[in-house]
Amino acid sequence: MEALRKKARELLEGKAAAVVIGYGEGSGGKARAVFIRQPDKAATLILDDRCVQNLAVYLVKNEVKSLGKAAVVAQPSTLRTILQLASENQLTDGLVMALAVNNGQVLELTSFHAIEEYLNTAVPPSEAPGKARGLSAEDRAAVAKIEAMPREQRWQFWVNEFSRCMKCYACRAACPMCYCTKCVIESNQPQWIPVAPTGIGNLEWHIVRAMHLAGRCLNCGYCVEACPVGIRLNLLTQMLTDEIGGDFGAEAGFTAKREYALSMFKPEDKEDFIR
Amino acid sequence: MADFEPKIIAFVCNWCTYAGADLTGTSRIKYATNVRMIRLPCTGRIDFMFLLKAFAQGADGIMISGCHPGDCHYTAGNFHARRRWIVFRRLLDFVGIDTRRIRFSWVSAAEGAKWAEMVNTFAEEVRQMGPYKDICKLDESQLQPVGA
Repeated sequence: MEALRKKARELLEGKAAAVVIGYGEGSGGKARAVFIRQPDKAATLILDDRCVQNLAVYLVKNEVKSLGKAAVVAQPSTLRTILQLASENQLTDGLVMALAVNNGQVLELTSFHAIEEYLNTAVPPSEAPGKARGLSAEDRAAVAKIEAMPREQRWQFWVNEFSRCMKCYACRAACPMCYCTKCVIESNQPQWIPVAPTGIGNLEWHIVRAMHLAGRCLNCGYCVEACPVGIRLNLLTQMLTDEIGGDFGAEAGFTAKREYALSMFKPEDKEDFIR
Repeated sequence: MADFEPKIIAFVCNWCTYAGADLTGTSRIKYATNVRMIRLPCTGRIDFMFLLKAFAQGADGIMISGCHPGDCHYTAGNFHARRRWIVFRRLLDFVGIDTRRIRFSWVSAAEGAKWAEMVNTFAEEVRQMGPYKDICKLDESQLQPVGA
């Protein structure tokens, strides 16, 4: 934590970064995002296990971009998010700096290439690419459990889950990959999805969300964290990770130059259901 | 269930399957009248939301059909669509939506007989499965008071 504060102060004093995005004390004993622009405020930064938010969500906001070069406190999932955003042309190389904290040391990763290298070498094995790709063991077990149910039971399970949804869209606000300035949910001509949290609308929202994040979700898990009623949203998006990562190319978030699986194709793509 | 007539919505591409279905008609081949066709420029134009909307409006089955791979009028629309369906079908299955009620096919402009056969088989299958009310009745089932 001290190393981080020191580094943040240095960056702001030396004008190497215009803003440091990190975690600070929030209300109710929770950590919240802080945007530090004055060196003497660097001491308000904290870093502990309450700091779970994926801060990359702020990097694509115009309000933040207009401040200038941003340094962001980054966990491995945040780093992967930055790479995926880069591959979607949402971030400019050199205008984003990641502060990766590893064993009490703070590493400045100033380019996408540096982040790629770091993810491939310095992160703990469980997070490292090639070793633990795809779902976490816990999520994999949850997905397998749902898949093992008969279809009717699976349907009932999700209908029950979605029925608790009140369409607050905290999941959307929390997700760094949900950066569209005009979301399908706000479209009212045609009105694709009803505004009120009704059965069909909730189902549609969660399916749309999962489809739009298919193959882009980095499983930082912050949507689940943000959901006030605790719907396991990430299972929907992560369930598709194996499918897309396996058959359609690389998994998201390990390179800044990744083609999106659903905007490209191979003539030899395999399926077994089209007659 | 004897008097149940399934409602089937078909999303078809303008260049192959729609023309193919036209051929079915001009060849005077009779086929099940359960299908309502919606013509779109290309299978790549078929947003996955169309399928959900069809089910929400009470469709019992959905057909999706377009040009064979490699024959797309726009070169690659059906290749993109195929990928999207692979992913979407997997997601629907995971959520518990009955994917047997969605029939994907490639029907070219010359395959009038194939179209008739596709519709007849699928209509019969859906007839056997019975009405699909999972999605369209969802709002009603959830309007009950909390805790009831």
